[in-house]
Amino acid sequence: MPNQFFVDSEFLSPAALKRKHELENNPASRTDIMTYLPGMEVIKSDTREQVMGRVASYDASQFTAKDVLRALEHENCTIEDFQALLSPAAAPFLEQMATRARRETVRHFGNTVYLFTPLYIANYCENYCVYCGFNCYNHIRRMRLDMEQIEHEMKIISASGMEEILILTGESRSKSSVEYIGDACALARKYFRMVGVEVYPLNTDEYKYLHERGVDYVTVFQETYDAVRYEQLHLAGHKRVWPYRFDAQERALMGGMRGVAFSALLGLADFRKDALATGLHAYFLQRKYPHAEISLSCPRLRPIVNNEAINPQDVHERELCQILCAYRIFLPFAGITVSSRESASFRNGIAKIAATKISAGVSTGIGDHESKYTGKENENEGDEQFEIADSRSLKSMYHDMESEGLQPVLNDYLYL
Amino acid sequence: MQENDSFQLGGHSFTSRFILGSGKYSLNLIKAAVEHAGAQIITLAVRRANTADHENILDYIPKGVTLLPNTSGARNADEAVRIARLAREMGCGNFVKIEIMRDTKYLMPDNQETIKATETLASDGFVVLPYMFPDLMAARDMVKAGAAAIMPLGAPIGSNQGLQAKPFIQILVNEIELPIIVDAGIGRPSQACEAMEMGCTAVMANTALATAGDIPLMAHAFRNAIEAGRSAWLAGLGRVLERGASASDPLTGFLRN
Repeated sequence: MPNQFFVDSEFLSPAALKRKHELENNPASRTDIMTYLPGMEVIKSDTREQVMGRVASYDASQFTAKDVLRALEHENCTIEDFQALLSPAAAPFLEQMATRARRETVRHFGNTVYLFTPLYIANYCENYCVYCGFNCYNHIRRMRLDMEQIEHEMKIISASGMEEILILTGESRSKSSVEYIGDACALARKYFRMVGVEVYPLNTDEYKYLHERGVDYVTVFQETYDAVRYEQLHLAGHKRVWPYRFDAQERALMGGMRGVAFSALLGLADFRKDALATGLHAYFLQRKYPHAEISLSCPRLRPIVNNEAINPQDVHERELCQILCAYRIFLPFAGITVSSRESASFRNGIAKIAATKISAGVSTGIGDHESKYTGKENENEGDEQFEIADSRSLKSMYHDMESEGLQPVLNDYLYL
Repeated sequence: MQENDSFQLGGHSFTSRFILGSGKYSLNLIKAAVEHAGAQIITLAVRRANTADHENILDYIPKGVTLLPNTSGARNADEAVRIARLAREMGCGNFVKIEIMRDTKYLMPDNQETIKATETLASDGFVVLPYMFPDLMAARDMVKAGAAAIMPLGAPIGSNQGLQAKPFIQILVNEIELPIIVDAGIGRPSQACEAMEMGCTAVMANTALATAGDIPLMAHAFRNAIEAGRSAWLAGLGRVLERGASASDPLTGFLRN
């Protein structure tokens, strides 16, 4: 594995450092990623088989310009067309793909673009995911907001005009219990019209509980669908259990959630296969749950606290744009979110082609909205998960989207 | 156009037969679109109107235009009923267009649930306009349930494919006593004109305008087309022969008795 991911902290105890090195260097010291841990629900589903079977047989180099042009001519994009659009052969046709993607976006969403913001309420984590700023061996300022602090953050965000919020935590059941997350979401419903969560994967009954507390949308990033690579990157913690994570969206829908979001973290593995798997995961679940609202994200690796060397590898903006256009053409009805990991210029451009939702007023730190929004200093803040590339406020984003000829929408949702 | 050529919905009289959608385009174009369309009814998604002070769509709709809130986002009759009641509480009046979809891909209307919601809302004093897949039996049930009009789709929503369901809509026009308002799929003014020539009461369009290069101008084009189609219907279309021509002298003219 590239050493860019491994950073030793001087603050780790000798025992912790020894364990960390063992995990990094000795695969035998790590648990089996396919074995469920006690308490993890196993559901009967063939979705994984459907998705991974097609991904396994995907050879991007086999597609030609002819396949790409045929895909662009088809009114309905087949799985094979989607595969062609993700292949290197499609790169010279990026402008044509963008034109088609834009047509689909306008047809399904008009010129609207939805705005939201994330709120990180805790950054404790029990996993060792080598690329993540929250990983348990990374020495950062850890914090878990209490309800009073969460409400304070929410008031500040709400005062900015934001109506949709995504609640996030690090992955620690002990520090951020399901009840804690539920309490935060119930609080969020006082201030926001739409509440989503991006937390560790849960069982169906836990998703049902969160739904009852006001959550309607669940986002889970698979990080990479390449199980071998996944094993090398997620060295410890419950997140190692790859299939449990894969089935999270389905459990969320079984628990009554209205919508679910999918994503791979581009740059961790073969991005074409990961993009294919993400699209197919969404496609097959939508066929199984036709009422479900489906959306996709497309994060690329970003530098983290204590490790500036982490980057999106071979996924440059052109590749990212190609993936997003392919997503849009394959799943014209799906929402596509582009986060503040991307630059202002990229987000301005992609919102006119394929994206339907972008974040604004973003912080990936803990308890720092007041200092970020108002400039008021606060020493009691937790560190960020990753560096963002677009720090525009809601007001600024709203204005910029209007300038791009788009109609910003702050709420398109009703709790029922 | 004949004078006083109006139609009734829930005791209200309307002379414009163009129902305008307000989704998918910039709020600041709504007023111009309404004016150019000459529209007296505009639909709006309650879920989009249910917003805070910032950019509320209701602030952009000209006074005097009848609001037709829709229940988009509802997955069953119960949810549609709740959205309709919320719309009424928000001051959107007692008109409601029922949209119930259990499919996020094609957004096909669920006729069965729509019938149930129609019954509940009609008995609750709403003027109910159910959006439906053009099926005669379902339409009859909606009539019995208290609908004020029937709104069959012309083609998949947002598709701009025109009157793909034309023969089935024609059956509704022929058999249903209520106004038939074609909703969804109308992509160009000529298709709206065709719907009116068939005897439909009115046409609703949204995506066709939202995706046009000049929204107010397209609204104006739709207005003209709908008026032309209505005039043609009132005038009575000339017959169209299936094949061959019609001899000016009848073939049977030689018969003496």
